[in-house]
Amino acid sequence: MLTSFFYMLREGGVKPSITELLILLQAMQRGVAGQSVDDFYYLARSCLVKDESRFDRFDRIFAAHFHGMEDALRALASELPDEWLHRQAELVLSDEERAQIEAMGGFDKLMEALIERLEEQEERHEGGNKWIGTAGTSPFGAHGYNPEGVRIGQQGSRHRRATKVWDRREYRNLDDTVELGTRNIKIALRKLRKFAREGAADQLDLDDTIDKTARNAGLLDIRMIPERHNAVKVLLCLDVGGSMDDHVRICEEMFSAARSEFKHLEYLYFHNFVYESLWKDNRRRHAERVPTAEITHKYGPDYKLVFVGDATMSPYEIVYAGGSVEHWNEEPGAVWIRRLLNSYPKAIWLNPEPQERWNFTPSIKLTREIMEDRMFPLTVGGLDDGIKRLH
Amino acid sequence: MAENRFTGTSSYIATDDLMMAVNAAVTLERPILIKGEPGTGKTQLATEVAGALGRPLFEWHIKSTTKAQQGLYDYDAVARLRDSQLGDERVHDIGNYIVRGKVWDAFESDIQPVLLIDEIDKADIEFPNDLLRELDRMEFFVYETKQLVKARNRPIIVITSNNEKELPDAFLRRCFFHYIKFPDKDTMGRIVDVHFPDLKKNLLREALDAFYQVREVTGLKKKPSTSELLDWIKLLLAEDIPPEVLRSGDKSKAIPPLYGALLKNEQDVHLFEQLVFLDRRSRTQ
Repeated sequence: MLTSFFYMLREGGVKPSITELLILLQAMQRGVAGQSVDDFYYLARSCLVKDESRFDRFDRIFAAHFHGMEDALRALASELPDEWLHRQAELVLSDEERAQIEAMGGFDKLMEALIERLEEQEERHEGGNKWIGTAGTSPFGAHGYNPEGVRIGQQGSRHRRATKVWDRREYRNLDDTVELGTRNIKIALRKLRKFAREGAADQLDLDDTIDKTARNAGLLDIRMIPERHNAVKVLLCLDVGGSMDDHVRICEEMFSAARSEFKHLEYLYFHNFVYESLWKDNRRRHAERVPTAEITHKYGPDYKLVFVGDATMSPYEIVYAGGSVEHWNEEPGAVWIRRLLNSYPKAIWLNPEPQERWNFTPSIKLTREIMEDRMFPLTVGGLDDGIKRLH
Repeated sequence: MAENRFTGTSSYIATDDLMMAVNAAVTLERPILIKGEPGTGKTQLATEVAGALGRPLFEWHIKSTTKAQQGLYDYDAVARLRDSQLGDERVHDIGNYIVRGKVWDAFESDIQPVLLIDEIDKADIEFPNDLLRELDRMEFFVYETKQLVKARNRPIIVITSNNEKELPDAFLRRCFFHYIKFPDKDTMGRIVDVHFPDLKKNLLREALDAFYQVREVTGLKKKPSTSELLDWIKLLLAEDIPPEVLRSGDKSKAIPPLYGALLKNEQDVHLFEQLVFLDRRSRTQ
């Protein structure tokens, strides 16, 4: 009977392994669980689920199996996955918001309304009104991440945000491809290692010590050597605010993985696209800007340039002078990014938007052309491919 | 089997699911991985299990620089080199320079011990993978002395994690898992009870109300947890604060007295002060 439960769990996405099932059976044989269903439930959960964010999923499958409610499982497959909500705690819908969606005539209506709204906003944008500039909603703080940032943003863009959560395609993307956690990102980033010895000599070089001691007629001659460090230099440019609010979580994971993996990591922020200046501290983005020309001076061409951004904006922001949503730019963004690409031959763009959508967003197509097709999705697979291009 | 069951202790309240996980791990002699918010008693659990079952406890606290090998043994090559220079007799036996680690100590114990591997997520990302064989077979090989160290009694291994790094699947599969969820008000009442048996009932109620209110404030960087609550109550008792002061009522968002025990960083305190300010302003208008 447990075999069918086991396969139900696997279908339901909990993915226990055979070892874990065997441990559970062994524990039951040894009489750990006793007679009560509660005991069995606790034991099974402790054996089969190793991640608290999957507890809820397990609970529902457990209920479905042990009450013979096959339908509940079927519902599970189509329902909004709680685990996804869990991971995106910032984006959870309140009852009130759900009611709002209902009131607008359901999901499809909402999508239409949304598209209209976005189009309307673009028109207003042409008129010079800086509607998109959600200053201060940046997801990145002094240490690269500011969880409160999103909540501020929520006031303005509730509806757009809500669609993201309901968006089934996005969820499938998360569940079917490899789950992108900090650990996976780190392992992917490890491929970008290039070890070199530098810095203080603080490790004993055993071979050299033996050699020198022998030459020294047996008198100890200790030799030291600097530790090996990852010598790869990375210049990370992160898009913040606006449409990037939806990708805060994944960018944060990417960022924290990169910070612990690279010793030479410089990071800069931009909004939507790069222009004549970027900034290092997001809270002081208007006060302390770094001219882009200065960056190319300061960091040599041995740096590898990585952009992280959804490249989702109006194409004007890329190709026209004065197209920026935040300020008047003398030269178009495309000119500035080409200058950066000239300075850093090794460059990629990581895009958190699902790859299927890239062809439908003109600004992404445009950015991809400028990047000479070096745009990769921000998934483990995409990161792997991207890193190959950086070598 | 009966004497091997863990049911919580006089100073530690264990929920049913926690007891089940611990007992399963004890019976099957497999490691148990404990996760949960900081301050919910993860590390404390190992001490309590050891105390309740009358077992010796070995604690291995992990730091970011800890290597898996250090838990097994260290070969002090430098000391041996030095002794050889000085012509010390000890130098002929390499065993003199093998320094045992916590895991080895636990393996050599005459009665089944409890081994705590604390905050495993602090270590390098490969650390858990390096311990797979040791945790599974409960044995390891000392290459210097060609000696196989096998656990005399498979220790009860309690591993804690703060979720700073994700742990590898192969490692997780070998463990039982328990997530200590934040206690509800009833459980919390019992927890406070075992720590402060003479606490006045109304003070406890007011303190718990105030505490859960603080936890409910959205946007706190670090929500106060059980250990902070216990510290706070200790302070309240020491200062002899009357329960009326804690009563919420109209000044619901007011900063509780001695809040330093509950709020651990200045942004949170600042957030709180702002809420109080907003609250006052809305009431005067």
